[in-house]
Amino acid sequence: METILSLKNIVKVYPNGVVANKGINIDVEKNTIHAIVGENGAGKSTLMKIIFGEETPQEGEIYYKGKRVHIKNSLEAIAMGIGMIHQHLMLAPELTVAENLILGTEPVKWKLFLDKKKIMEKTESACKSFGFEVPLNKKVKDLPVGTKQRIEILKVLIRNAELIILDEPTSVLTPQETEVLFKSLRELKAKGKTIIFISHKLKEVKQIADRVTIIRDGKDIATEDANKLSEHQIAELMVGREISFERIEKPKSIGEPLLRVENLHYVNDENIHILKDISFEVRRGEILGMAGVEGNGQTELVEILTGLRAATSGRILIKGTEITNLSPREIREKKVAHIPEDRMENGVAEKSSIEENIIVDRYYKKPFSKNSFLNWKYIGNHTTKLIKDFNILAQSSKTPISALSGGNIQKVVVARELSSDPELIIADQPTRGIDVGSEEMVHALLKEARDRGIAVFLVSADLDEILKVATRILVIYNGKIVAEFENNESITQEKLGPYMLGVTTKEEGSTNKPLSTEQKEV
Amino acid sequence: MNPILKSILSPKFVFATIRVMTPILYPAIGVAITALAGSINIALEGIMLMSAFTGVMVSAYTGNLLISLIAGVAAGVGMGAILGYFHLKLKADIIIAAIALNMFASGITIFLLYLFAHDKGTSSSLKSLVFPSFQIPILKDIPILGPMLSGHNILTYFVFVAVIAFYYLIYKTPLGLRIRAVGQNPDAAKSVGINVDRIRFYSLLLSGFFGSFGGLYLAMGYVSWFSRDMTAGRGFIAIAASSLGNNLPLGTFLGSLLFGLVNAFAIFIAPLKIPSEFIQSIPYVTTVIVLAIYSINKSRKVKKEIE
Amino acid sequence: MEKFIVKYFNLIRTIIAVLIGVVISILIIFIISKNPGYSLKTFFLGPLLTKGRFGDFIEQASPIILCGLAIAIPFQAEQFNIGAEGALFIGAAVGTAFAVSTHMPTILHITSVLLVAGITGAIWGFIPGFLKAKWKTDELVISLMMNYVAYFLGLYLINYYFRDKSAGFLVSYQLPKTAWLAQFIPGMRIHVGVIISFVIAILTYYFLYHTTKGYEIRVTGINKNFAKFGGINVFMVIVISQVIGGFLAGLGGMTEVMGLHRRFNWQMSPGYGWDGVVVAIIGRNNPIFIIFAALFLSYLRTGGQVLNLLSDIPSEMVIAIKSIIILLITAEAFLEKFKYRITIREAKRREALDESDS
Repeated sequence: METILSLKNIVKVYPNGVVANKGINIDVEKNTIHAIVGENGAGKSTLMKIIFGEETPQEGEIYYKGKRVHIKNSLEAIAMGIGMIHQHLMLAPELTVAENLILGTEPVKWKLFLDKKKIMEKTESACKSFGFEVPLNKKVKDLPVGTKQRIEILKVLIRNAELIILDEPTSVLTPQETEVLFKSLRELKAKGKTIIFISHKLKEVKQIADRVTIIRDGKDIATEDANKLSEHQIAELMVGREISFERIEKPKSIGEPLLRVENLHYVNDENIHILKDISFEVRRGEILGMAGVEGNGQTELVEILTGLRAATSGRILIKGTEITNLSPREIREKKVAHIPEDRMENGVAEKSSIEENIIVDRYYKKPFSKNSFLNWKYIGNHTTKLIKDFNILAQSSKTPISALSGGNIQKVVVARELSSDPELIIADQPTRGIDVGSEEMVHALLKEARDRGIAVFLVSADLDEILKVATRILVIYNGKIVAEFENNESITQEKLGPYMLGVTTKEEGSTNKPLSTEQKEV
Repeated sequence: MNPILKSILSPKFVFATIRVMTPILYPAIGVAITALAGSINIALEGIMLMSAFTGVMVSAYTGNLLISLIAGVAAGVGMGAILGYFHLKLKADIIIAAIALNMFASGITIFLLYLFAHDKGTSSSLKSLVFPSFQIPILKDIPILGPMLSGHNILTYFVFVAVIAFYYLIYKTPLGLRIRAVGQNPDAAKSVGINVDRIRFYSLLLSGFFGSFGGLYLAMGYVSWFSRDMTAGRGFIAIAASSLGNNLPLGTFLGSLLFGLVNAFAIFIAPLKIPSEFIQSIPYVTTVIVLAIYSINKSRKVKKEIE
Repeated sequence: MEKFIVKYFNLIRTIIAVLIGVVISILIIFIISKNPGYSLKTFFLGPLLTKGRFGDFIEQASPIILCGLAIAIPFQAEQFNIGAEGALFIGAAVGTAFAVSTHMPTILHITSVLLVAGITGAIWGFIPGFLKAKWKTDELVISLMMNYVAYFLGLYLINYYFRDKSAGFLVSYQLPKTAWLAQFIPGMRIHVGVIISFVIAILTYYFLYHTTKGYEIRVTGINKNFAKFGGINVFMVIVISQVIGGFLAGLGGMTEVMGLHRRFNWQMSPGYGWDGVVVAIIGRNNPIFIIFAALFLSYLRTGGQVLNLLSDIPSEMVIAIKSIIILLITAEAFLEKFKYRITIREAKRREALDESDS
């Protein structure tokens, strides 16, 4: 087996001083599917950016097809036959599919103008030869996620890529769509392509990969045939210690309902009916997990619950009091905490210090301020204590958030939300993109909050997380709640998958009737 | 009132509108191109000042219209290049850098005006040239249309060519496609190997190119001298004009036409003996009102009834 | 040494930018002036040479400080409202109209005139602020347009209703003595308004960094979504930051009229609002730095005026120099490669230390 890509001693230092890659060595063999796994912040993305020419290493050598190469930019990488499909799809929304496909390699006539005829020819023949059917003349913004990803793959193939890098491609797909993707990848491999596959979903890695490289803390730890390592072993190599995959203990006692959502509807500005008649409740002492592929209304639901978006109709009640369409501050005053989906965009102010981030929900209360004057001494002490209690790795309370790693930033968010003495916690994708160690800590904190009688509403696209932590599970699809289950050993990924894809509805899934023990209307 | 109403409804009014629209449409095209590329250029005010001044000075000293044209355009493109360098290479905030450039242009043109014309107000002591106006044969004799469309300055006729060129550039050339891609999703462009900074730099150069014609027109067509800060905010009204039109060719044209109409209107109601300060404030008040209405419309959406 | 450079990098870079501006001024003077030695001395030392000029230098900082604050507060909330020039003009115009038309004892008169000017400026800040908060209208373009509207409206008010026909120029009636801000140092034009501006700058510092409202403004500027998420009323922040800005600009204009000119005599826009933008940027929106930046700018201004008066170089050179300094300061990547190299060395040194520890 010849080696198509060889990385030797790659070192990368970012301008802010962070050393992302500390001497990485990897050999990728031609015609294999090679997975790269590691916690977030381990350095996988940086490594891929170096291969694709988006970053240059400070030290190290890259050999492609046996020859030493210096990949100065993406154009050179593409010319060499390297293609990359990023985690966040990279298409220009107002341009058509065809325009997106030929962008950068536009055929011209009379040296100056776009040759529309050649564009259609080129894109149509690519569709045929690779077997991907995409609507060439539609604007990208009007297409669903699965189609967009196929366009991305076609974009890479049309440029004659032989080495294809996929960065967390399944994070936006359901289990069934992932199968379709894997089928395509196997077909591409059969056609002679080499695939590098970045993922933190170890099940998938075991499913599709031939070889696995584990990266931890900027260094490559091991490269091995995928079938020689178990998921558990891979996880341990990623983290460097024992970790648990077990479901957490059932709650000892569950109280009365704290949050009640009744017939919630939301229609957005483009007149799309995002949430359709959502009703559920969260009781004290339980963790209600809402499972669903991202983009089925969860984001809007959480925004409505926390006052960041107005509902179109319906009611939300806390302890019997209606809180529908109250402001974020009023809702927080009702003892609701919110761990947001996108911590960098909503959860923190990156350039501010930790203490300025901690006080955003309490600065106007005594003793944080008096008569509108902030008590920085008290704020500093308060923050220092939280840093200690939550094990946040930071120099001081005045350290800016930008100096912290992803996991520690999430700890700041969680520290703030949990220290606000809430009765309801809304956690939206709380462990997305953080290291396993921090993820464990977040789960432990949610469990501890639950055991103290707090109601927890967990929204997550990570089925492992839901299965591990939730007391009850809701599945949301296309704005509707399509299933509700008590969480026990019989609930698995395979069982929830069809509901998440809308293949099974409440009526059809009657053989495994959800909530058979209660007469509640779902 | 009657004679004023008559004059507004006459072909002379349309003629004036087209004339007045010219120094708004040129910079509006410039703003639009950079806005489409995602790096909006608000320094068209300074760009027009520099090209106006350069054109006047070079024409006074060389007596050659073509050389003056080239010099004026070079000045505009040069300003665009400086803005591009500071924003793209040195990572300056594009708004602040543009404000600095506008300030620079205002200061340096008055400074040099004094040095060369010994007057801080206008350059009228110098013999600068003017771009010619043309009566178009046959067209000029057609009733109504003739007086509207014939007799304009060559730079006014050229602005229509410029808009069409803008249309072709954006929709029919690879550069235009890349500009739009870069503006919509720079990461997407990067992923196919497009150098986002280079495309934005080109857009800034192009904005300097188109904007410079506006400046040249002001000092060598609209009037025949350079006076301090003669752009009078047109570079900023151009921003309003192009954003009204969503930065696309047809919309930018219509937006500029609107402000041309308002300016012409202000000129035509002068005989009403309304204080000049009021009349001069009309274009700016209108811009505020129009932009406000535009944003109100944009943020209001009709909600469908829920089943 | 390297640690020092990384930590104080911004300050060092600001100083270098200013030095470059100074060097360019020296070059220009050398090239243009028939008597460069004299011109250089006049420009760089002019403000210090006589008592009167020194007084001008200190006094001119006053409206620049207030306008700098007027720009900095919205900037801290990420609002690009540059309407200080208009707010100061119309604030001063309306304030003059009020001062000339009313009779009150001194303290009451001064306070009420300042309030009227401030509130007028506040209205000028409110319009772009409200449009932005409610309908996302671009406050940059609106505030720019409002500058022109303020200019024409202000001129109209003064020239048509309050013009002192006995004076030779287009100026307003003189303010009644009860509305004067006293010049309290003999031989210098430094008036009470100067004290007011310094005091307000210090108060603004405490406002921004030690009060809840200031916190709200700063957090909104750093991450608007986070502020909203945390419960801050972002709508109010957007409006109030620009209202306060307009108020301060109005004060800036009025104190000039009350302390220096004692009548409204601007036929052209005085330009303090634009200087306000410059010092807000140089001072990175920090009121204390703004004081120093304003003093620097007023020094340049005064030097330029003296230069204009005594030599053959027009004062607009100063405008050109100012803009070059801003360009260099706002260029984040200016000298960045240098800093990057030092950062890498620092990081490697740290890594080596960590490894030798473990």
